[in-house]
Formats: sequence, C-alpha cells, structure tokens
Amino acid sequence: MTTTALPPVQLEPAPAEPPRPPRGSGRRLTPARLIGWTILVFALVATLFPFYWMVKSALTPAADIIGDAGNLWPTNPTMVNFARVLGLLSAEETRAAGGSGASINFALYVWNSIVYCALIGFFQTLFCAMGGYAFARLRFRGREFLFGLLIAALMVPGIFTLLPNFVLVRDLGLLNTVWGMVAPSLLMTPFALFFLRQFFLNIPRDVEEAAMIDGAGKIRIFWRVVLPMSQGPLITIGLITVVWAWKDYLWPLLIGRDESVRTVTVALGVYLQQSPNTQPDWTGLMAASTLSVIPVALLLVFLGRRIVESLNFTGIK
Amino acid sequence: MALFFIAPVLIGFGIFYLYPAIRGFWWSLTDYSLLAEPEFIGLENYANVLQDPEFWNSMAVTFAYVLINVGSQTIIALVLAALMHRLTRSVVLRTTLLLPWLVPNVTVALIWLWLLDTNLGFINKVIESMGLDAVGFFTNPSFTIPTISLINTWAYVGYTALLFYAGMLQIPQDTYEAAAIDGAGEFRTFFRITLPLLRPILALVLVVSLIGSFQIFDTIAVTTKGGPVNASRVIYYYIYQQAFTYFDMGYAATMAILLVLILGVLTFIQLRLLRASESQIA
Repeated sequence: MTTTALPPVQLEPAPAEPPRPPRGSGRRLTPARLIGWTILVFALVATLFPFYWMVKSALTPAADIIGDAGNLWPTNPTMVNFARVLGLLSAEETRAAGGSGASINFALYVWNSIVYCALIGFFQTLFCAMGGYAFARLRFRGREFLFGLLIAALMVPGIFTLLPNFVLVRDLGLLNTVWGMVAPSLLMTPFALFFLRQFFLNIPRDVEEAAMIDGAGKIRIFWRVVLPMSQGPLITIGLITVVWAWKDYLWPLLIGRDESVRTVTVALGVYLQQSPNTQPDWTGLMAASTLSVIPVALLLVFLGRRIVESLNFTGIK
Repeated sequence: MALFFIAPVLIGFGIFYLYPAIRGFWWSLTDYSLLAEPEFIGLENYANVLQDPEFWNSMAVTFAYVLINVGSQTIIALVLAALMHRLTRSVVLRTTLLLPWLVPNVTVALIWLWLLDTNLGFINKVIESMGLDAVGFFTNPSFTIPTISLINTWAYVGYTALLFYAGMLQIPQDTYEAAAIDGAGEFRTFFRITLPLLRPILALVLVVSLIGSFQIFDTIAVTTKGGPVNASRVIYYYIYQQAFTYFDMGYAATMAILLVLILGVLTFIQLRLLRASESQIA
C-alpha cells in the first residue's frame, strides 16, 4: 500500500495477498456501501435458497407435498425419502412412501459416479502432467505444431467428436462398461494439458538443472523433483477435472444406460421419467438431488479456498 | 525420450479427438443410419440442412437462449465482482457464490423444475399469494427459453463473477487511489477505470461463456425435451435427436460441423471487437 493518502501514525500490517478494498472511507456505512451490501446479501440468499428448498422438500413426507408446498419447513420432517432412494426399503414400503416401486439405488449410482470421477481425475491429471511437462521443457521435432494442434481442440464443441466417439465405443463393445465411459477423458483433455504446460513453463529451471548435474535422467527428474514440486496445481486441475466429471450427463447417458454403471446425473434423469403419475415424485427426486450435491458441497467446504483461488488463473491464462 | 512423456496424450488425442473429427467430417458427406455402412452422397446433407426450417428454428432458439443467458450472466457477474472488489475479500462469500457451478446441470434443472412447478412450485405459490395467476414457466412456449436461460445464469453467474473479480485484482491499486484523489465517484470509477482495464479478461470470459452457452443440452433434456412444440429445441438437442432418435448420423454430423463453423466465426468477431490481445495494463 502506498503511503500517500494515509494518516501519519497508522500502523498497517503488510497487505495480505489480495489487497484490502481501497478507499479511505474505511468501515463507515455510506448509503452507497449499504446498497452494495444489500445486493451482495441478496445474491447470497438467491444462491442458497434453492438448495435450502431442495433439502426441505427432501425431508417432507410425500403425503404432505401439497400441504407443505408453501411452508418453509416440513410439518412432519422425515428421512424416509433418503432411505427409499438409497434402496434401503422394500418395494412395498417404497410405494407406501410415495415412490413408484421401481428399483432405485442411489447408493450404487453415487458410487458409480465416484469411480467415474476418480478414474478420470487421476489418470487425466497424470498423463496431462507428463505431456504438459514435455511440451514445456523437452525439445523435440514438431513440438510447436503438435501443441497447436492439440490446443485447437479446445475450440471444438463436444458434440462434434461425441457422435463418432459413441460409434467407436459401441463398435469396440464397450457400451455399458466403466472403461467405455471414461475412455475419451482418461488420457487427456486439451484444457488440462494447456493448464499444466503453462504452469511448467513458469517454474524455475534451477532445481531440474541441479538434479541433472547429479546425473538424474529426465524421467527420474519428473517423478522425483517436478511432480512433488507441483502438488498445488496438480491438485487444482485434478479437482476441476473431478467436478466436471461429476457434472457429466450426455456422454454417460449415451454410454452407461445400464444400471450397473449408471452415474448420479443419468439416474436423476431416469428417475424423473419413472415417476408414477402425472406429478413427478418430487420428495424422492429432491432427496436424490441432495445426494448429488453433498459430495461437491463437501469438496467446497474442505477445499473451497483452493478452488476459489485457482480461478485466478484457470479461466484466464 | 520425449515420446514416453507425450505418448498417452498423443494417443488420447489421436483416438478421441483427431480420428472422430475426420470421421465426423466424412459422415457429413454420407448417408449413414448407424445400422448400415455410410454411403457417399456428396454435399446433399449440407443442402438439406440449410433448407431445413427445423434447423433454422433450432438456431433461432439457441441464439435467443445464448443472448439472454450470456447477457444477463455477464452483467450480473460484473456488478457482483465490482461490489466484492470494492467491499470485501470474504472467502466464505466467494465460496458460496461458486456452489451452483459445482452442482450438476441435471440437479440444477431438477431443483428449478420443482421450484417453478405450475401447481406446487414455491415460486408459483408466492405468485399466487400476491393474487396473480400461476405461471407455466416450462409449459408456456414464450416462457420456456427465458426460464431456462435464467436458470443457467443462476448456475454460472457466481463462477463468472469470480473470474471478473480475479481480473479486477490485477488492476493496480494506485489507479484507484488517483481516481479517488481526483474526486471520481464509484460509478465513474467503474466505467472509466475498472471496465476498460478489464477488457482483455472480459473478452476471454465472454468467448468462453458464449461457447459454453451454445452447447446447452442437459437442462433442456431434463426439463422440456425441446418442447412445448419445439419452443426450446436448441441446436444441441436437435443434433442429439437426429443422431439417436432418428439415427441419421450424416445429418447430425453436418449440423455439428456447421455449429463448429458458427462458433469459430463468432469467436473471431468477438475477439476482434473487444481487441482482447491489447491489454491496457502495461
């Protein structure tokens, strides 16, 4: 912070990474600041209310769905909707609680999604780190051309490659298998490759050079020196990859319709269509929706700061 | 040696990006029903697509969606980012605003389908309690696209705001101090300093939002399935239908290629207009 406009005796601590909001007016609540804060609080409420309503509806017994439609809290809160979407109740009990009696097992679907995300998150990050390192540090013929080609894929909408990829996976006999579902994202995405290359370009070469003088080979340097040094960005890109995989819908819908590999998003779509009458089974749907939100909400609680701060460069560089 | 490092990436790119791109292009020149082998028919698919009123309708629907979605999202995100920039560094606030972005589009669609339900949805309960008639957000053809656009604005505005906010943090503090000394008010400061200096980031975020917005599918697939009467059948959904409902892969591939071209042209124009490469921060 420059000293120009500051009162002489003020002892300010060194500014933390993001500098404090400027303006000499300080903490005083001017009308402009009041309006600003009102808008921010409104945004906060508008962000959270739909989630609140989801949970509230999930805790409402199906029989009360009409009576409680305008109430902010269920008259008779219950966990039965969670029990039935997790497949813990018999078909009869499920029907009694407002379901269609069709088999529904969100415990399995959540597990399938976790497997799907974990495989993609781990392998894609690993392979893109290797590739990114090569494109940043190793010299080989055609490097710039190849990198340009790979990055051009960033601009291509997914549906263009999705149609042939579906046919490819089908012809390989991998429909309704985990490997068919993860295959296109397992080895690379242009985004992860680009992100990690940018990062490797910016780390100092000294450490690698020191290791090289000690006689370590490229592969050894990569494993022993570069990867441990890059934990932060690796976790960040891994997290982003996992979140995107968690949100995937169209591809798992095409490849993984079978219940044994069905992910949460696909299962939610199926569930909506299975609804017994004209009115969807809202309480069950909201319980299932809550299950699809909990993992990412936990991620945000524990790693929120890292995710938020990673946006400083992911979206932009 | 380098081959060891790039082999996985190259194989992945070759099999799942390059090969399908070439194959997709080839299909666009064929009559291919998924069941029989592709049969070369020249440019017939292109001629048919360009004369297909359903195609043009889906493009119009998509443009309407993109316009409302990207427009509202960008403006609201700019306001939120500017407010955060001037008022608070709260990580809790930023984390909360990001939550909808982490949630699957399918879940977002379901939550809002329920909140906006004509009979029992909370929003319609509120509307009715004000003595008005319930609104068919998903059943009235003139409301479906605005409704779905704004739902996705809700889902992505926090993320967009954080990108703008990150950009604003890069603007040197002394610019603001100088403006304050000159007695410039908040609005003037925003329009004269923040906005112009944010331009490169604004341009990139706009391009990314636009490309993403054109690919709207999940929300439509869950809520309206393109209805009522194709009022919300966006281009992605139409391609999906041609490919997997009517099994006309050649036709679907042709539309996918046209979409690639349209996005390419739009991106180019946008970057030109906003002159993204020229940063005014020295």
